[in-house]
Amino acid sequence: MNSTNNALYNYCLRLADNNLILGQRLAEWCSQGPTLEEDLALTNISLDLIGQAESFYEFATTFTEANCTADDLAFLRSEREFVNNVLVEQPNGDFAYTIMKQFLFSTFAKHLYTALANSSNQTICGLATKGLKEVNYHYMHSSQWLIRLGNGTDKSKEKIQFAANDLWCFTKDMFEMNSVDTLLIEQNITINLSTIYTPWKNDIEQVFKIATIDLPTDTNKIIGGIKGIHTEHLGHILCEMQYLQRAHPGAKW
Amino acid sequence: MVTLNNTLTVEDVWGLLNQIIDPDIPVINIVELGLVRNVKIGTNNCIVVTLTPSYSGCPAMHVFKEEITTLLKENGANAVEIVTTLLPAWSTDWLSAETKAKLKHYGIAPPQGLASDNKFLFSTKKIICPRCESNNTKLISQFGSTACKALYKCDACEETFDYFKCH
Ligand SMILES: [Zn+2]
Repeated sequence: MNSTNNALYNYCLRLADNNLILGQRLAEWCSQGPTLEEDLALTNISLDLIGQAESFYEFATTFTEANCTADDLAFLRSEREFVNNVLVEQPNGDFAYTIMKQFLFSTFAKHLYTALANSSNQTICGLATKGLKEVNYHYMHSSQWLIRLGNGTDKSKEKIQFAANDLWCFTKDMFEMNSVDTLLIEQNITINLSTIYTPWKNDIEQVFKIATIDLPTDTNKIIGGIKGIHTEHLGHILCEMQYLQRAHPGAKW
Repeated sequence: MVTLNNTLTVEDVWGLLNQIIDPDIPVINIVELGLVRNVKIGTNNCIVVTLTPSYSGCPAMHVFKEEITTLLKENGANAVEIVTTLLPAWSTDWLSAETKAKLKHYGIAPPQGLASDNKFLFSTKKIICPRCESNNTKLISQFGSTACKALYKCDACEETFDYFKCH
C-alpha cells in the first residue's frame, strides 16, 4: 500500500468506527425507548449510522488484500485496532445522557461532512454528501430534545446538565489528528479538524443557551481514540457485537 | 435457466426495472425513485445496472440488488452486474411531480421544497396533510416508520400520516 492509500484506509476506518460504535450503542435502545416514537427514532438513527459505517468500511476494503470484507473490518478487529473517538463508546446512561452524546457527535459530524463534501477524493465526497443529509436530521432530533429537556422539569434539566458535564471531557478527542491527517490535508482529501472546532463550539453554545444549560468548563480531557487507546467501555461493546462472528466464523443471515 | 444469448435490449431492461417496487412505498418503483442511474449491455452480453443508494442504511438496497438480478435472469439475461455509484448523491429532488402525486394518493405527504436548499430543511413550514389538504398539522416524531419518513398529525382530520422528508 502506498502512503496515501494507507492514510485513506486509516481515515475511512476512523469514520466507519465512529459510526459503527455509536450506531451499535443506539441499537441498545431498541424496545427500551421512553415512548414508541422515540424508540423508532433512536433505532432509525442507529440504522443510518450503521449504513454509513458499512459504506466507509466498503471503501476501506479497496485498500486491503482482495479477500477482506466490510464485515471482517467490523467484526474481526480487536479493541486496540478500533480508531473511533472515545465519546461514541460511552454507555447510553439515561435518555438525557444519550441525547447529549448524540448532540455533541451529530454537531461534529455535520461540520465534518460539510467539509468532506468538498473532498478531492470522489468516494469521500459522495459518502459525505449523502451522510450530511442524514446527519442534519440527527442534529435536529438531538438539539430539539436537548432544548425540551433543558426547559422541562427540574429533574430533566438536572439530568441534561449532568450529561453535559460528564461527557464534556470526551469531546476534545473528536478533534485529535495525527500523521494520517497531515498527509490527507496536503492533498485536499480531508480538512484540518481545528478549522471546525469553533463552528462546532458555536453551535453547542447556541443550543445550550436556548436550553438554558451551562457550558461545562474545559478542565480535563480524555483522548486517545485515533491511537486505539480507549476507555474500558469499548471492550465490552465489541464483546457483545463481535461474539457471533468470532464464535461462528463466516456465519451469514 | 441458462440462455446462450442475451435477448434483452436496454429498453427491455428499463421496462423490467419498472416492475421492481419499493417495499416501504409499494406504489412507486425503483426507476421512479431515481435509484437506477444507468443500464448498458457490457462485454459478453452482461447487463450492467448502475444503482445509487437512497439512504446509507436503507435495508431495501440489498433486496433490490437481488430482485434485479433474479428478474433479469428470468427474462433471458445470462449475466447481470450491479454497479453502485455515489455521485451525484441521491436526492428527493429527483422525484417527479407524477411520483409525488402517487405518494400523496397513497397517503404519504411528498417532500416539500428542495433538499438542496437548507432553508427548506430547517424551516418550520407546515406540512400539508395528504388526506384533507389542511396545513393545520404538527410534527410528532422526526423519524417515522422508516428513517426516510417523519410522523405528523393533522389537527383538521385528526389522522396521523407519514411525511417523506427532504433528503
Ligand atoms: Zn388532514
